[in-house]
Amino acid sequence: MKPLAAILFRDMRIAVRVGGGALMGVLFFVVVVTLVPFALGPDLALLKRVGPAILWLAALLASLLALDRLFAADHDDGSLDLILMGRAPLEIVVATKGVAHWLSTGLPLVIAAPLIGLSLNLDGPAAAALVLTLLVGTPALTFIGLIGAAIAVTLRRGGLLLAVLVLPLCVPVLIFGVAAANAAVGGPIPFGTPFTILCALTLASLVVGPFAAAAALRQEME
Amino acid sequence: MAIADLANPARFLAFADRTIPWLGGVAVIAFAFGINQAMLAPDDYQQGATVKIMFLHVPGAWLGMLGWGVMTVAALGTLVWRHPLADVTAKATAPIGAAFTLMCLVTGSLWGRPTWGTYWVWDARLTSVLLLFLLYLGVIAVWRTVEDPSRAARAAAILTLVGAIDLPIIKFSVEWWNTLHQPASVMRMGGSTIDKSILIPLFIMTVAFTLTFATLVLAAMRNEILRRRVRTLRLIQASAAS
Amino acid sequence: MRLSATDLACRRGGRDVFAGVNFSVASGESLAIRGRNGAGKSSLLRMVVGLVRVASGRLSLEGGDPELTIGEQAHYLGHLDALKPSLSVAENLQFWSAFFGADNAGLNEPLRAVGLDALADLPAAYLSAGQRRRLSIARLLAVKRSLWLLDEPTSTLDAAAQVRLAEIMQAHLAGGGIILAATHGALGLDDTRELRLADTPPPSFVEEDQGGREQQET
Repeated sequence: MKPLAAILFRDMRIAVRVGGGALMGVLFFVVVVTLVPFALGPDLALLKRVGPAILWLAALLASLLALDRLFAADHDDGSLDLILMGRAPLEIVVATKGVAHWLSTGLPLVIAAPLIGLSLNLDGPAAAALVLTLLVGTPALTFIGLIGAAIAVTLRRGGLLLAVLVLPLCVPVLIFGVAAANAAVGGPIPFGTPFTILCALTLASLVVGPFAAAAALRQEME
Repeated sequence: MAIADLANPARFLAFADRTIPWLGGVAVIAFAFGINQAMLAPDDYQQGATVKIMFLHVPGAWLGMLGWGVMTVAALGTLVWRHPLADVTAKATAPIGAAFTLMCLVTGSLWGRPTWGTYWVWDARLTSVLLLFLLYLGVIAVWRTVEDPSRAARAAAILTLVGAIDLPIIKFSVEWWNTLHQPASVMRMGGSTIDKSILIPLFIMTVAFTLTFATLVLAAMRNEILRRRVRTLRLIQASAAS
Repeated sequence: MRLSATDLACRRGGRDVFAGVNFSVASGESLAIRGRNGAGKSSLLRMVVGLVRVASGRLSLEGGDPELTIGEQAHYLGHLDALKPSLSVAENLQFWSAFFGADNAGLNEPLRAVGLDALADLPAAYLSAGQRRRLSIARLLAVKRSLWLLDEPTSTLDAAAQVRLAEIMQAHLAGGGIILAATHGALGLDDTRELRLADTPPPSFVEEDQGGREQQET
């Protein structure tokens, strides 16, 4: 446990101290959401309808931001070599880094979402449903992103490849996240149906992500 | 790091140490007076007591814009004259200006809910003030991300000058576009349209907030100068200890 | 404890880097790996700790923990320092110490041994290259592992720091440790054997110089 706690605290310390930390992701999130009314027009009724979808998209893009340095930073300064020589299994270390990423990037988004949702005219129930779906769904985005980050670790312009790899894998999470958020405010589908599928997707990603990412990292190192 | 670099900031530190206490004191007195007057001012016949949010909202807007104005002048100081205090002023003012802009947005949003029925609407004035807030956050992000202070100063200065275009947009947005926000009623050609019983408390509160702004900026500048000294000392410590 | 390599070969990027490498190092012994640039000194070290795949041949560690790989019982000091610039000197060392499961209480000694105890709270970004190297060496002291694999350990170190490193290495050997070091210069140790990786690519032979005193190069 001690090695994992060490990784968790180190990653979070660095996330807070370097480059604006959690707030950069939230700032990006706010900026993206702000762009939408410029593109769609200020019609509040329209914004209310597409609000959950917009917020989900923005959360997905903001989550992607911090991913490309996740393993690349450790690879570039030689830390990854030493991590591979530690006695903790690589899969668990990777999962811990995923947790640190979510706590420093995903969770602030979840907290900021209802406030930003106000600007898209989301009311109470809609905002609450959105927060719940983001809370459950953003870990999936992080853990799926681990796979792309591991594959792209040695590349210079890895960020674009990472996005190309990760975004398609995140589509199911996006679909069910938005469906659940919309279902809470009306429509034929009960909230529970897409929401439980979202939970299942997240649980699956918590397992598949670290295993796939660790395998990719080992391939890179050989 | 020559002696010359320290001399100017050192004189400033002495000035700040003398000025901050009494400037802060005057601000407190102005607040006491202003809040008193605000309490005594009459309620609006339509909005009731809600109209008094104006005493927070208007100073917030004014200081958000003043903050960016100060940063713009500082940006010129950095880029054109390379004055050492210009960097410090710009860096110190950014979070304070951002905070007042946020105060303007939040109080405006709370005011809008009972008055217009919504927390937010994407009209020209609100949007341009929100953009100002995002620009502030962007400048703060530049300060925090770029390691070397002088490079950060130059990058932030360019961003500040470009962003200054937002200030006239905010000011004239209520005239150029059809907006939900009320048109200019304080600073107008032909005199203000607000009744004196509201105008005077508004003026006093604005003065009080402005004094607070000045105090905070001076204190933040002092902190920044001390922070840079610590950094220099650390660099010396690292190279000496080898 | 004995680290042995039999007929080790390495392929990187489709080309053969070295082949037919044999050596055997026991507790208290040190091996200097020499060869021109590109001969594969770094690759050999990385192969021992498991960061590079063994193309053919065998590596074995007798007397170690059978549950662990060689890399999990070794320290690797590579070209990169594995330091985070936003963390302080002490925080960097604390992290590696905790990650490798060592006791965090005893970190003052390693820092003092490398002469960085006065800078413990300084962010690592402010350190010079030599100081960063010394902090990496402190990691070797903070976490106890018997096998040390060092890649150009004296690079970026000034004369005083090199002497200190030699003392640290000597103490490690005296305690029963093993050291393999890739180096161009002198290590400052007594009785170091040499492994010279041949200049020409394989098929080739490598010479192991047994029992001779290491040449002191100035």
